[in-house]
Amino acid sequence: MYRYDTYDQQMVDTRVAEFRDQVARRLAGKITEDQFKPLRLMNGLYLQLHAYMLRVAIPYGTLDSRQMHALADIADKYDRGYGHFTTRQNIQYNWIKLAEAPDILADLAAVEMHAIQTSGNCIRNISSDHFAGAAADEVVDPRPYAELLRQWSSFHPEFTALPRKFKIAVIASETDRAAMKLHDIGIRMVRNDAGEIGAQFWVGGGMGRTPMIAPCINEFVPVDSLVTYCEAALRVYNRHGRRDNKYKARIKILVHELGADEYRRQVEEEFAHLQAQGIEPPLAELERISAFFADPPFEKDLPRGVDRSDPDFALWVDTNTVPHKVPGYVAAVISLKPVGGIPGDATSDQMRLMADLARAYSFDEMRVTHTQNIALPHVRQADLYTLWKKLDEAGLGTANLDQAGDIIACPGLDYCSLANARSIPVAQKLSERLAPNAAELGELKIKISGCINACGHHHAGHIGILGVDRKGTENYQLLLGGSEAEDTSLAKIVGPGFDEAGIVDAVETATGVYLAQRTKGERFLDTYRRIGIEPFKEALYG
Amino acid sequence: MADVLRFRDDDPVDHPAVTVDSYIQQANSAAVRVEPGDDARALIPYLDGLRLIEVNFPAFTDGRGYSAARVLREAGYQGELRAVGDVLVDQLFALRRCGFDAFEPDRPLDPADAQAALARWDHVYQPAADDRAPIWALRHPVTHG
Repeated sequence: MYRYDTYDQQMVDTRVAEFRDQVARRLAGKITEDQFKPLRLMNGLYLQLHAYMLRVAIPYGTLDSRQMHALADIADKYDRGYGHFTTRQNIQYNWIKLAEAPDILADLAAVEMHAIQTSGNCIRNISSDHFAGAAADEVVDPRPYAELLRQWSSFHPEFTALPRKFKIAVIASETDRAAMKLHDIGIRMVRNDAGEIGAQFWVGGGMGRTPMIAPCINEFVPVDSLVTYCEAALRVYNRHGRRDNKYKARIKILVHELGADEYRRQVEEEFAHLQAQGIEPPLAELERISAFFADPPFEKDLPRGVDRSDPDFALWVDTNTVPHKVPGYVAAVISLKPVGGIPGDATSDQMRLMADLARAYSFDEMRVTHTQNIALPHVRQADLYTLWKKLDEAGLGTANLDQAGDIIACPGLDYCSLANARSIPVAQKLSERLAPNAAELGELKIKISGCINACGHHHAGHIGILGVDRKGTENYQLLLGGSEAEDTSLAKIVGPGFDEAGIVDAVETATGVYLAQRTKGERFLDTYRRIGIEPFKEALYG
Repeated sequence: MADVLRFRDDDPVDHPAVTVDSYIQQANSAAVRVEPGDDARALIPYLDGLRLIEVNFPAFTDGRGYSAARVLREAGYQGELRAVGDVLVDQLFALRRCGFDAFEPDRPLDPADAQAALARWDHVYQPAADDRAPIWALRHPVTHG
């Protein structure tokens, strides 16, 4: 894991002092709320329906037990004893007092964490593959590149008032576990024919009210130009992105309106100019960072396989563990989606348990997944049974990874001032309704947003649900056929919306069409792609 | 010029700035004002004749002026670069890093707050239009000493 040096520590400490001063000036009336808003947003503080929400950055989703313990302590000390893990691998607290926010940032800084640029019109926390360093299919560990970009983007003076928020993801596998093409910039680290590492740039993807899949802007940016190319891509956006309409201000609109070729031309021109400006860190800096991400001391020649005599355990192993690059290890995913639970929520006690288990069984490392679960990246198969028993006792042993119960949901109208409808109760009811059939349904990604801003990724759901306001009542539209993976696709609305009970029935009906029509080995998404939307329409509205 | 916070020793230009369009049509002023929608690069052929470039911030949330400033400094402009308009204490440091060396805010800034904001950061993560060495250069002094 990356560790701060004295410079990094000084930067977050200075930020705490700066924000403490800004809050004091706000409370003293020296700054108006309009002037203060971008400042608090860039420190993660967002005003929800009932209170301030604080979004804490977990860079590329990686954290250790000390940090997870600190997150648990913050939940107890400043919030209501729980936190919510998000689709961008961060954690949010929902009941924060403004006057206490600087103290929370100070507590975070003490464990090398922060809330810098987790909200606002700036470059946000950089996300990555949650199995980085464990996946057998990665070209290289993507996290050093993400960390390089974290430092570059932190307090970047030119990009503090972008037209709109800006999200970057970095992966390094063909398999996409980070929804890379649905980011403002998606970067995939690749190796060229000469064996050199470089970055493939996909720019202008996103969800929101105008979902778009990013086009490839550059097939191979040499690794010694990564920062410079990012700066060029951002400068073109900062200068020419639309500012007349907040709903057309994301870079996807600029890329779409210019066309990918013209945007590429402008970036290349800026890139050529910036290459003479000396803004690229030396490769020695990348090497310094990379050393922190060296493999932990994996044991060789470990026994492989598990004792499957406990059927519940065997089911969990089959569902929630994935192969590791080192034989005898797996990556194990702790589901934060118990049947009927709130997706992504964890109590402080659960956080502490996960931290302690990571310390005991996963080289003191955890990953927040974009699907709002917690992965233990490096677990010996021999330790799995003990691990699972302890998880199960704490309500964390649910076996439903990537299944119907593993629902992504935004906070919705229970918390969010932008929402038109509640997401959480729909997720809870669906989870309960589909649980008996979940194993039979196999991989089925359900994603729920409580408004058109799509924080719940409904465009990318095999089954997506969009909550809207229809004449003052909550109404839910059903979408089918989306994917956030390497086969990225955008879901389509099937037809008129449903009320809360109706949408639960409608999803069950759609799964019934799948079960009736699937051929051997087909996932829900495969069947949908083969037979199209009509059979689903017929079953739902016919 | 009491309302201008200035970090230069030379005498300020004593006449008002003209728009980019009128300057380009008839370059008979030493001062020009760049609006958010203007292309700062249009001024590059004329930089030798300019002593003051004002960059207007009608709203502090419109960040185009930050890029305009860097573009001008990267092109070698040495004259005064002044941020005017909705310029606030908490934007001063980033503006300074982007190359601004004068500030003319619509509303007066608290001098102590402004000074504190400009002095707060000992280090920076990235090079910009100022002469600060980024943290990566401090970490690798042999390569970039």
